[in-house]
Amino acid sequence: METSDQTLARAAAAGDREAFAALVERHYDRILGLAWRLTGSRAEAQDLTQDICAALAAKLVSWRGQARFTTWLYRVTVNAAHDRRRRQASHSRAANGWGDWEISRQQAMDEARCAQDWLTQAMTRLSPELRDTVALVLGEDMLQAEAGAVLGVSEGTVAWRMSEVKRRLRAMATAEAEP
Amino acid sequence: MSNELTNLRAALHAPPAAQAEAKADTIALALRNFDALHQTGQGSRPALRPNQARRSAAGFLKGVHAMLKSLTSRPILAATTSALALSVGLVIVVPMIRTAPPPSGLVVPQPTPATQATDTAATEVTSEPEVTAHAVVGPEVGDDGGTDAHDITRLATPELAAKEANQPGIGAAMVAENPPSPRSPGPTVGLAPLAARTLFAEGLPRDGGVDLGRPAPDDTEAFANAAPNPVKITANEPVSTFSIDVDTASYAVVRASLTAGTLPDPAAVRIEEMVNYFPYAYPAPAAGDTPFTSTVTVTRTPWNPGTNLVHIALQGRLPAISDRPALNLVFLIDTSGSMDEPNKLPLLRQSLTLMLAQLRPEDEVAIVAYAGSAGGVLAPTRAADREAILAALDRLQAGGATAGAEGLALAYQVARKMGGAGEVSRVVLATDGDFNVGIDDPEGLTHYIARQRDSGVYLSVLGFGRGNLDDATMQALAQNGNGQAAYIDTLAEARKVLVDQLTGALFPIADDVKIQVEWNPAAVAEYRLIGYETRALRREDFNNDRVDAGEIGAGHSVTAIYEVTAPTSPALLHDPLRYGSAQPAGEAGELGFLRLRYKTPGTSDSALIETPILPGSGTGSDDVRFAVAIAGFGQLLTGATYLGDWGWDQAIALALGARGDDPFGYRIEAVNLMRMAQSLDK
Repeated sequence: METSDQTLARAAAAGDREAFAALVERHYDRILGLAWRLTGSRAEAQDLTQDICAALAAKLVSWRGQARFTTWLYRVTVNAAHDRRRRQASHSRAANGWGDWEISRQQAMDEARCAQDWLTQAMTRLSPELRDTVALVLGEDMLQAEAGAVLGVSEGTVAWRMSEVKRRLRAMATAEAEP
Repeated sequence: MSNELTNLRAALHAPPAAQAEAKADTIALALRNFDALHQTGQGSRPALRPNQARRSAAGFLKGVHAMLKSLTSRPILAATTSALALSVGLVIVVPMIRTAPPPSGLVVPQPTPATQATDTAATEVTSEPEVTAHAVVGPEVGDDGGTDAHDITRLATPELAAKEANQPGIGAAMVAENPPSPRSPGPTVGLAPLAARTLFAEGLPRDGGVDLGRPAPDDTEAFANAAPNPVKITANEPVSTFSIDVDTASYAVVRASLTAGTLPDPAAVRIEEMVNYFPYAYPAPAAGDTPFTSTVTVTRTPWNPGTNLVHIALQGRLPAISDRPALNLVFLIDTSGSMDEPNKLPLLRQSLTLMLAQLRPEDEVAIVAYAGSAGGVLAPTRAADREAILAALDRLQAGGATAGAEGLALAYQVARKMGGAGEVSRVVLATDGDFNVGIDDPEGLTHYIARQRDSGVYLSVLGFGRGNLDDATMQALAQNGNGQAAYIDTLAEARKVLVDQLTGALFPIADDVKIQVEWNPAAVAEYRLIGYETRALRREDFNNDRVDAGEIGAGHSVTAIYEVTAPTSPALLHDPLRYGSAQPAGEAGELGFLRLRYKTPGTSDSALIETPILPGSGTGSDDVRFAVAIAGFGQLLTGATYLGDWGWDQAIALALGARGDDPFGYRIEAVNLMRMAQSLDK
């Protein structure tokens, strides 16, 4: 039987190098998967995962074992994705000057529209909150309550967001059906 | 599950496989960092950077821990040995009452019979005696969304401790000292969700009261603007209706852009806000009269010899400042990570310090911060206690994401509690406008604010910094909250908004002011309203007192400018209809008829003012000419469709000639901005 995440994480937080290595090894794929679902790009996801793993040792110190380790890890990943998104947004806005970022956002959407990638298309058109929720509920097969715990919102909010996603997807499907 | 979701799920379940090399690199990097962290030893490790708010929060948590320890050690040990269950519930109270708890945050762990145990605790243990620990969360909880929610989960451990204590053989004291390993995901009771839940239960339905049947806008534009008003034919559409607008944010945004060396995005330019940015000396009403007077001036159009401008000026009365009612201000301050820039939080702090000097001792100030989670930073405090307020301002730290909705709900609640008879309560929201967490539905938020408006609390929005500024949301909030939006880019602007115009910005003298002009087709064939695109009202809304409109503050002036074309003018843009009625009925004596509606603050019925617009009325004062020059400036920035050859040189000359007194230098600043724009616009 393999050692539980909790035990490993506690040992790692206390300075056990082996435990830490095992922990990163065990969860790398999981982080990468979620990062990909959150960012929609393989390169982005790899960068993000690297950032998260690089900071993991320091972050673990603040993990006190009250939430399940994976829940905590999901939360760290979602927060890191948020930070990254926000940094990118302010970078591109600062670079483009006032207001141009909206234009480039529209352009990015146009490009996504042209790309024959249905997933990218669908995800790009959802707001970041909805995208995060989708990544957890559909991508990670989480219960709405678990996803809520990761995102820091209530179960009801997650349920509402999912119904909103459904509604928008349907609207998109209708729009595509029309010439 | 619907077909769409099934597709999405399938697509999401095919992530790209991890590349072995990247994985190895990452793990090596993680291990290097791990080694670096643990080699340096406990004392000096570069752990997560602490900040002030963090430290006090940690202190508080330690306090809870100590409290639980003292709780569990003596009386509870007895309870566990007799195999009785113990339930420790935590009631989290965000202080917003006048009798605020001491700033240390932790108050009296008195064991009392459980009456307010949290729902989990209450449902889990029903029959056994219960002990409830009341903890009052200190004012400075919450700086960083992610880690905070994480820290706060510690609050929930007592429940688990209680469950473990149920088992024979485990000493409760031991449990309290060593937080047990949870068997289920720990209940992650964050402060923010809790506060939001209780607050939102009052006014806002969960999740913003979304009507799922209604199509939600797919994207929100960053700027609130509509296409410039077109020229309208009087015969087809004789009535023009709009709400007044005393916002000034757009001018400051334009200024910030030009100063930074770029032309502003045309969508960021709202001409009426640029015109209304400047103080004008329009004739003020006499005491005891209506709260404002309207003055109509008809002048030649500088950019078109074939048309006239109808300049409508409203001037609010400026009551003696000493007579003003007591003010209750709730500062709702965005302390999200994005505010951590010199021109945001620090500027905000300086601005509020400037303003504090203008308040009177009996005024009250409260501060609510929001970032990830919302929390009170300063309970209502008299302005006389300057030290306490300044200390609270200094405590503000930026970090985390923005949870705008929770903060607003909390601020409104504080404001309502502060309100007394004859006092004016106002929430002053200071933000870079990036509401990115906690709102699932922006419409629900504006809806919520619109409802709060009825409680008599006003809302002002101060925008700070660039890069994140969500102008559209700010506009929507201020318009729906009976308020004013201003953008603060420099300390000088802070002084203008918060000090020089303190009375006007904070004391409304007329609510829901609407303007309706009916043009006489015999005298005006075509007309065009310059600006006010975002403030247009439907014709029938004018008489409907339930439709919201803008407010005029004490001493505010509001200017609206129409460009009108006479039926005989060569400048007509539309050809006469071949099959239309040949001659419009009516006398050509009046150009049109001006109707104004307003409500005295606190009343729900509007009063009506009516004046005919006569040709040649008014004199072309410096104020009128300057307002026209600024309207021209705004049009030059937005495409100048109707300006012909009239360009920057003419606008600059007109503004320079109409500078007047300009004691604060606002007008000369505008002229310099025009020069800057001229050189950029090549």
